[in-house]
Order: sequence, then C-alpha cells, then structure tokens
Amino acid sequence: MNLRRFLPSSRRRREEELNAELATHLRMAEAERVARGESPADAAANARREFGNVGLVKQTTREMWGGLWLERLAQDLRFGLRMLRRSPGFSILAVFCLTLGIGSNAAVYSWIEGILLRPYALVAGQDRMVVLVGKTRGETGHTGLSWPDLLEVRRNATLFESVVCDKITGTTLAAGDRAERVSGQIVSANYFEAIGVRPVRGRGFEPSEESGRNAHPVVVIGYRMWRDRFRSDPGILGKSQLMSGVPHTIIGVAPEGFNGTFVGYPVQFWVPASMEETFDQGGYKLDDRSIPWVESFARLKPGVTRAQAQAEISGIAKRLEAEYPETNRGKEIELSPLWRNPFNAAERLSSTLQIAAVVAFFVLLIACANVSNLLLVRSFARRREMTIRLAIGSGRGRLVRQLITEGLIVSALAAGGGLLVAYLGRDLLARVLPSRGVALNLPAAIDWRVLAISAGICAATTLLFGLVPAIPASKIDLASSIKSETGAVLGGSGRSRVRSGLVLLQVSLSFALLVAAGLLVRSLQAMRSASPGFSTAGVMLSGIDLSSAGYDAARQKTFQHELLDRVRALGGVRSAAYARVAPFSYRPNSTSPIVIEGYAPARDELPAPEYDEVSPDFFTTLGIPILSGRDFTQADDVTAQPVAIVNEAMAARYWPRGNPLGGIFHLKGRAVRVVGVAKMANYNTLLEVPKLFYYVPLEQFPAGAVVLHVRATLPPGAMAAALAKEVHALDPGVAPSQLFTMREYVAIKSDAQTVALTLVGIFGGLALLLATIGLYGVMSYAVSQGQRELGLRMALGAAASDLLALVMRHGAVLTAGGVLLGAAAALGSTRLLGSLLYHVSPRDPLVFGSAFLAMAAASLAACLLPAWRAARTDPARALRD
Amino acid sequence: VKKVDPAASRIEILQGTLDLIILQTLRWGPRHGYGIAQMIRAGSGDVLQVETGSLYPALHRLELKGAIAADWEVSENNQRVRVYRLTAAGRRQLVAERSKWDRLAGAIAELMAPPSESGS
Repeated sequence: MNLRRFLPSSRRRREEELNAELATHLRMAEAERVARGESPADAAANARREFGNVGLVKQTTREMWGGLWLERLAQDLRFGLRMLRRSPGFSILAVFCLTLGIGSNAAVYSWIEGILLRPYALVAGQDRMVVLVGKTRGETGHTGLSWPDLLEVRRNATLFESVVCDKITGTTLAAGDRAERVSGQIVSANYFEAIGVRPVRGRGFEPSEESGRNAHPVVVIGYRMWRDRFRSDPGILGKSQLMSGVPHTIIGVAPEGFNGTFVGYPVQFWVPASMEETFDQGGYKLDDRSIPWVESFARLKPGVTRAQAQAEISGIAKRLEAEYPETNRGKEIELSPLWRNPFNAAERLSSTLQIAAVVAFFVLLIACANVSNLLLVRSFARRREMTIRLAIGSGRGRLVRQLITEGLIVSALAAGGGLLVAYLGRDLLARVLPSRGVALNLPAAIDWRVLAISAGICAATTLLFGLVPAIPASKIDLASSIKSETGAVLGGSGRSRVRSGLVLLQVSLSFALLVAAGLLVRSLQAMRSASPGFSTAGVMLSGIDLSSAGYDAARQKTFQHELLDRVRALGGVRSAAYARVAPFSYRPNSTSPIVIEGYAPARDELPAPEYDEVSPDFFTTLGIPILSGRDFTQADDVTAQPVAIVNEAMAARYWPRGNPLGGIFHLKGRAVRVVGVAKMANYNTLLEVPKLFYYVPLEQFPAGAVVLHVRATLPPGAMAAALAKEVHALDPGVAPSQLFTMREYVAIKSDAQTVALTLVGIFGGLALLLATIGLYGVMSYAVSQGQRELGLRMALGAAASDLLALVMRHGAVLTAGGVLLGAAAALGSTRLLGSLLYHVSPRDPLVFGSAFLAMAAASLAACLLPAWRAARTDPARALRD
Repeated sequence: VKKVDPAASRIEILQGTLDLIILQTLRWGPRHGYGIAQMIRAGSGDVLQVETGSLYPALHRLELKGAIAADWEVSENNQRVRVYRLTAAGRRQLVAERSKWDRLAGAIAELMAPPSESGS
C-alpha cells in the first residue's frame, strides 16, 4: 500500500487527475459524435447523457482508492455540523438532555472512584489494600485491633506485603485567638514506605520510632500545613511544634496533594505509634491486648486474593484466641475492601453511592429515550432529504454512516458537557455532607476509568442515534416517498406507537425516582422528629480539649470544675454537665472487657459493653430518666468506690433475675458498683439496634478532652459567645470547639440520608424535567402532524373544547400508563433504599400520592400548549394545506 | 444471451466479468478509458455497453491491485490522456480469469443447450 495516497496533497492531485481524465473522456465522446455528423450542441448533450452522472462516477471511482475514510469522515463531520446548525432547537435540546444523562453518570462514577475505589491520592496499588476489622463473634458491630494483636498479624501473616496502622486522630492548634482543629494519623513506622509516598522534605519514620512510651515526639506535616502555617519555610526540618502539649520535632513534609489514608478529612500530620498516649485518649495502650483501638490496613502480595488472605488471618485470630482467652475470646479479624472501610466515611457512603449509580443510570435511560424521540421526529422530517440523496445516487451505507456521524457529534458534545458537569460537581458531596466544624475531603476522581465509562456511554448512545433514524431511512421506497407524506393521525400508526412507548418508559422511570425521593424525604422527616431517648430541645454542646492544650491530669480537673461553675452561673443556664463522648458523636465510646460477679458468660462470650464517662447532672441535662437507684453525685470521686449506672438492656442481660442495684463488675482491674438504672436511649445512630451501655463518673475515669452539655434558654449564638468568654477568662490559650444545638448534632448523623436525598432529589428533578420535555415533544408533534384530522373534525362540527379534550386525553392516557408502570417498578425497587429508610413503609400511600400529583402536574404542563394549539386549528387552512 | 437490435438492447456487464474484459482489451496494447469503452462496444458488435460509472471505478480498482498501470500521455490530437497498460501481474490474472471464464461459459452453454442436443 502506498502511504502517500493518504496525504492530503497527493489526494488533491489525484482528484485533479480524475477530473481531467473524465473531462477528456467526455471531450473524446463529443468529438466522435461531431465527426459522425451530429451538431456540436447535440453532440455535447448526447455525450453527457451517455456518460451519466458525473458526480456519481467521480464518487464511486474515488471510493476505489481506499483509505478514504478519513476524508469521508471529515466530509461527514462538516455536513453533520451543518445539519445540526440548521435545526438549532433540536441540536440544543438533544445535547442538553444527553449532557444531563452522561454528566450524572460521570459525576457518580467519579465519586465512586475518588471515595470508594481509589480514595487515597498519590497512594499506589490501592486495589490490593484491605482493611483489618475487629469483630466479635455473633455481634454486628466492629472494633479496631489491639496493638499487640496487630504486631502478631504483622509478624505471622505471609500473604501481606505490609501491615500498616493509620489510626485517625486530631489536635487543636492555636491560630491567632481562634482554635483550629486539624486531623492527623497515628501510624506505624513503615507507613510512608508501605504506601509508596516519599516526603518531599526530610524523612518518614524509622522502625525504632514505633516503640517506647511517648519516646519519639517527631512529626511529619502535610504540605498544606507547611505552606499555610509555616509559609513554606525552607528550614522547617528540625523545628519544634507544640502539639497536644508536647513539643514535636518536625522531621518531614509530605508531598503536595497527599491527604493521608482516610476518607472524609484531609490528614495534615502523622506521628509514630509511640506517641499514641498523647494523641489518643484512654492512656498508654501499646502493651494492652484488651483495648482494640488500632485502625489498620494491609497490602496483599500481588496475585493473592482477599479470600486466601482471610483464611490465613482467621487462623491467626483463632490462635490468638486460644493463647489469650481473657482478652481475645470471641474475637475475629475480618478483611474488608476499601469501599467498605468501617473506620471512615467509605462504608456509610457506599450504599448511598450505589443507589446514586442506579439512579444516574435511570436518568441516562430517560435522556436517551428523549433524544431517540427527537431523532425519530427529525428522521421523518428528513425523509424527503434522504429520499433525494438516495435518488441522486447516495449509497444506503453512506446515508447510515452520515446519520451515525451526526449522532457522534451530538453525543461527543454531550460527553464533553457531561465531564464538565462531573468536574463542576466534584466537591458536591463534601458540600452536601453536614460537617462538624472540620473541613471535609471527599474529592471526586476524574481519571481514565471515568473517561472510559463516559466514552463508552457516548459510543453506545451514538450507535443508538445512528440506528434509530437509519431504520426508516433505509426503508425508504424511492417511488412512493417522492410523493409527499400524509399527516399522521393521533395515536395509531406504528411509529407513533414507538414514540408513545418511549414516553411511557420516561414517565415510569421518573415516577419511580419521584417515589424514591419522596420516601427519603419522609425518612428524614421521621428522623428529625424521632426521639433518640434523650431530649434534643434546648440542649447545646461544645468540645473542650485540654489534652491538646497540654494540660496534665490535675490541671484538667481544676479547669473543668471551674468552667462548669462559671457556666452554671450564667443567666439562662438551667443545668450543665460533661461527657467524654457526646451521644451521636463520630468518636467511639470506650469499651473494655468486664467481668460481672454472679454472671457466667457463655463459652465464647466476652462481655465488653460500650460506656461513657459523664459528670453529675448529665442525666438531668439530657433528660434521660433514671428508672431506679440514683444519679452520680459530687461524692463519687477518686476517693470513693467506683460506681456505674447501667441501661435497661444491660441490667436485664447481666442481672436477669435479681436487682442490678448493688451488683459488682470489674473494669480495668477496678470493682465497680451499680448504683442506678437509666432508661434506654440511642447512643450512636437512630437506626441502631438497642444495645448494652453503661455510664461511669468522669471524676473516677478522667479524660482531658470532654464535651460540655448545657441546657439553657439562651440562643445558640449568645451561648457560644458566653462560653468562649468564660473559657478565655480561665485560659486564653484554650478555645471551645464550634457549638452545636443537640438537634443539629443528631441531624448531622443522618448525613447518609441527607446525601441520598440530595442526589436522588437532583436526579429525580432532572428525570421529571426530561420526561416533561419528552411528553411535550410527543404531544406537539402529534398535534402538528394531525392538523388535517383536527381540521376535519372541526369542519364536521367539533368545538374547540372537544379538540382540547382530545389532545389532553391522549396525554392523560400516556401519563396514567407511565404512572402505573412506574408504580410497579417503584414497589419492586425501593427495597434498594432498604437501610436508608427510617420508619416509613416502602409503599407509603402519601409518597405515592404526592409523586402522582407531581407527575400529573408536569404532564398537564406538557400537554397544555399542544392542546391549546390543537383547539385553535383553523379548519380552512388545515384542510387546504 | 439473445441478440436482437444491438442499439436497443445493450447489455450491462457484470462486475467480475468487467475486470476480465478490461484486461483482455488491454492485451492489444495501452489504451485510455474512452478507448477501452469504445473497443468493448465495437468488439462485442455493439451488444456490450460499459457504463462510465462502472468503467472508471474498475480501472482504478485494477490499478490499485497492480494488474494495470497508468501514465499520462499526449494523444494524437494533442490531448493529455491517462493511458492504461497491462502489467505482468495483470497478464497472470488474465490467464487465471480467462480459464475460469471458459469453464463458466462452457457450463452455462451445457445447461442452456436443448436436452436432445446435449446427448444421451
């Protein structure tokens, strides 16, 4: 093959040569005819007639050259663009609908990519990362691992390349007179090496820095912290930064764009595991096998499956259980993929994003149905054009190719627009998710996979768009099509049945989406008004972190007492109390194995209910009733015997026959006496199953970072200002965290529902819009094609109102059919929402009713204009045309 | 193939056959497109009519396959014409097609002959 033939210059020469060759042919034929005695004029005309269609001859000859596809493509593209420019209404509408369809999908997949599948920027080989999750046999919750257990796994597992601890933590840094909360991670020494991230300045951690209680106060800081807080100081290494009261030496700066290995917050500093006590509450835990605080992941060796690794790790867990029954009884270790990581936002968002993917696909289907409809209309409108092109010798294959090229232009424009939509929406999730005062980091990743998916959708839709109009085009019967077509009748004919079918599909899918959105709204309403077992009205809370400010135990206690007295003295404050962990916090409650006197646990049962450290008045402030026994008092201090208040479930479980009051259990080597029974409440979420829980006095189990709960009649703004003033009066170096009302705080915990509602709401709205456009298109086309029939009816005595009713009835039938199908689809598919629904039946009549009303209103709006136009038909004109 | 009034019932040539006819025509020497068309018509007693819409695509296709080659020359009446000639490959193809055609023509003649004449 001669490659030169593909070059444009060589092509142009060939073109000229062909023209010359054919011209010579004609001249010769002419000359011969003249020689035979024809007049020159006749000779020219006859030679031409004999020659046939010059353009066609050139065309078919050129096609022999081969390698023409590029040229032909350019020609098709030019022609396609011209055709699209000629009907801008169609083009804009088609591109708009498809942009919404492709954009929705690109956005959702880019979130799935960036949040679930490959969440950690700059980290290599994330598909081989698995999360180590602690489980208790027969229970649903999860924990981390203890540090000694992690070390055993690291030593004994052979299928892992590396085992890494990356426990999330945080500290408060003073920034002027305002406290800034920054997120950090407590990591094992191999962290940076294992994830393949090299600090841009300085170094990562050395193996020795992992052990020794508080022995290695060194820190690697994030690039952003280096840039913003230290103004990109080139001499940063070796400088000291006070963190949680301990001066830390800065030994490294992480590369730009690296946000740690956590889904939700951007991590800005990393400290070695030896500093655990400084950054994690509950004392020194590196030697303690009973406290499962470690969040960790492992990297599988290449070619190892998760199932193989799981088998090995289960064996290790079993051995640990046999070796250390008093701490590990019933403990299992589960390997979880990154997208089901329970330690960060991944697991909470994964079901929501799965729903979003389905919903986005619905939107794409609706958009495609819409564009197919538009194309069908256009292809009938273009029948004459196609017929003429066939008549002057265009091949059917060429016609189809032309149509596919036009489709390609539309879908390529839409794919570009869709990616733009995805890009603009990349931070949508972080914006929708309510934050508790810490910046969120939930970026979408628009990588080659997202591009590939968009290109795939684009290709599939192009094919669809090429083929839909090509079907009637390639069926054109030349003879009969030259004659003009007669107008279609309302309903009836085959092609209007196809179009009606597409509208049915659109209406039913949007109805199903409306139902889903409605169910989520009802769930959110139910959650907002549900009682979590404590009072949310009039209660406000704000964190006071003295550990980060470097307070020791004695100073913490004094500060906490003084602050509580000052707050209680404020006007409008009815009561105030501390708790280490506020209800519905993202922070885990404490948990540790306990031994209950008089209770014999089952063979593999290890009682370790969660508990919270609270001050006296906590129950009054939150309105949790004490059912029997007493509240904590000032007398329950370090000198007195440790006491506890248990909830109803715990009382019933461990003291099934007798009175729990006076019962004794052993916690961390201390004998604790039960002095009260509290009413059941929700502790973490509204959706949780009732669980065992108890409270101990903060005075006897002290903590440096606590949450102040205040019941007051003051508005939140005034309360926050007053609180800040009191805290500053005690120590200008301490600042309270952002103040929330309890109602807000509880609502934030329903963020998965909020996100789902936002996404389904947006997509449902789009779907309704697209379906309305589709219905409008079908109705107005039917009316414009049915002019003759309408005119005839009018001439035969139909009133304008009859015609109006005729068209409206047609629209109503389509809508009703779509709603019926949609209702069936909704009943079948709302199970998908499962875990997101709260106290609402998936077949809630109110939701179905409202969705029906919305659909009916939209279809009324879509049909009104065409119906009005039908009613104004001028019979004289309609029949004449 | 029946023969009535040659002018009124010219027969269009099938695609595969056209290649053979063109190659055969060029055996007598190089010729331009118009000349080939004229020669086919004359050579068949005005029965075979080559449409230009078939002739030029066929010429260019054969050229691409290397069976014929083309050059620009100046004709006797001073016109620049594109002249086609047979190549070695073209000669080989002609031989092959020719024997194929002979077999086909024989077979069709056999089929068309009245049963009484074809023996038995």
